Amino acid sequence: MNSLWIILTGSLVAASCGLLGCFLILRRMAMLGDAISHAVLPGIVIAFLWSGSRDTLPMLLGAGTLGLITVLLVQLLHQNGVKSDAAIGITFTSLFSVGVILVSLYTQQVDLDLDCVLYGEIAYVPWDTWEWNGMDMGPRAVWGLSGVFLLSLLLIGLFYKQFKVCAFDPAMAAAVGIPVMLFHYLLMGLVSLTTVASFESVGAILVVAMLVVPGATAYLLTDKLHVMLILSMAIGVISSVFGYGLAAWLDSSIAGAMTTVAGALFLLAFLLSPRYGVVVKAWHRRATKLERGSTNAG
Amino acid sequence: MNAEIPLSVRDLTVAYQKKPVLRGIHLDVPKGKLIGIIGPNGAGKSTFIKAVQNLIPAASGQVYIYGKPYKEQRRLVGYVPQRESVDWDFPTDALDVVLMGTYGRLGWFRRPGKAEREWALECLRKVGMADYADRQISQLSGGQQQRVFLARALAQAADLYFMDEPFAGVDAATEKAIILLLAELKEQGKTVLVVHHDLQTVTEYFDWVVMLNRRLIAAGPTADVFTPELLQKTYGGRLQYVGDRLAVTTDAGGGKVAL
Repeated sequence: MNSLWIILTGSLVAASCGLLGCFLILRRMAMLGDAISHAVLPGIVIAFLWSGSRDTLPMLLGAGTLGLITVLLVQLLHQNGVKSDAAIGITFTSLFSVGVILVSLYTQQVDLDLDCVLYGEIAYVPWDTWEWNGMDMGPRAVWGLSGVFLLSLLLIGLFYKQFKVCAFDPAMAAAVGIPVMLFHYLLMGLVSLTTVASFESVGAILVVAMLVVPGATAYLLTDKLHVMLILSMAIGVISSVFGYGLAAWLDSSIAGAMTTVAGALFLLAFLLSPRYGVVVKAWHRRATKLERGSTNAG
Repeated sequence: MNAEIPLSVRDLTVAYQKKPVLRGIHLDVPKGKLIGIIGPNGAGKSTFIKAVQNLIPAASGQVYIYGKPYKEQRRLVGYVPQRESVDWDFPTDALDVVLMGTYGRLGWFRRPGKAEREWALECLRKVGMADYADRQISQLSGGQQQRVFLARALAQAADLYFMDEPFAGVDAATEKAIILLLAELKEQGKTVLVVHHDLQTVTEYFDWVVMLNRRLIAAGPTADVFTPELLQKTYGGRLQYVGDRLAVTTDAGGGKVAL
């Protein structure tokens, strides 16, 4: 049963991140998830000091607020002439270091382990359960992540056309009256929420990996956006399932194994994708060369 | 404001940071004309059509589309941005891009259905691209991509069009397709404003010309305003006679253009 909960948690993280990650990749903001997952640290520490507990709600509020501040700061810097990748880098390293200072200042009071924040521990998910009316409802993380995933799915499903045109051609979207900034912040809000809800249970590394790698793999395999979204989620889920298997076999870190499987799947697509694969392209080139060689000879 | 005038601009000023890029533009554009917007590089031509559509903020001034503020009349306006403004590696096909032209009409929740798809295909047909409907957009040539953009603007079914350099770097077939399309739009009583660089073709393509260089130099029927004096004023004096013909040395073309 515990294995199942862990795989389910991993799959929910992977599917949420895979869905949103596609839009981040297409808007060349893939590293924003990385930024958010680090920049929320001061929010978590402040929420902890404020509430004096490690309850999920204050943590989520603190982290969510910092996530939105990160997005706003990146946007502000970018609009005022800083390149977007530099803006992301500046924002998250600054906020993260504030968090590190806070942790080291209040290290007596703060029972927060940096390693735990960054790497999480998905293996503990099954034991942190939610009790409701005296009933054991299963791991809390599964409930939280399901909620976030369904919310993302619902919003992207409802406003698919807006998200698509805002990613492809924001100027045209604005010209036909689509509130581009609203959808920008909606997407960023979902990314913040997903990142924050996920990394508490699975760690930042797995979140960042799942935001980028499945989407980038799917991008190599299709020329249609809706197929890319579905593939990306599927690749994320496959990575979780096989990652868990790999971890069980090697007796190693589960999040690490899941990320490794995602990376391996990307490599496979990179080499063998029917249209963009390196091997396939080289083979086509060779075939063309041979063909031309034989016509010349003839 | 006159509801018969497709576009009235009143005292429009646009500034990046503090420096004004366009100052005090005052313009009324007649209905059913093909209008070229010309001027040297950095004259603010693209800025002008973006500011008119509220895509970049204006420091001051008003814009009226058929007598009402732009926000109320958005549906009447179609826009063809510069081709380089988007990522053509985006995972989508030509028909899907054209369908985006219908999104404004569909409102918040409706999805494009069969009627929209047929309409989009019809628009692709008009620019001679029906055979490429399911082609991934990165597989299209530059000219074909430009035609897809035009088809998308057609799908908006607007009355007033803004096109940002549709002729830039396109092949002869595309140039021809664009001209046919412009003629058809004009026949339907639509008004088209085109940012244009090639002075040689101005008299051939456009009924009306708007000459810009940070401010409005002149606007009117091509025969009246496309004159050596006004060109000199617009392009800043690099005019010379070659034999008995007049030539302008432009930044844009990089060479001499005979008139």
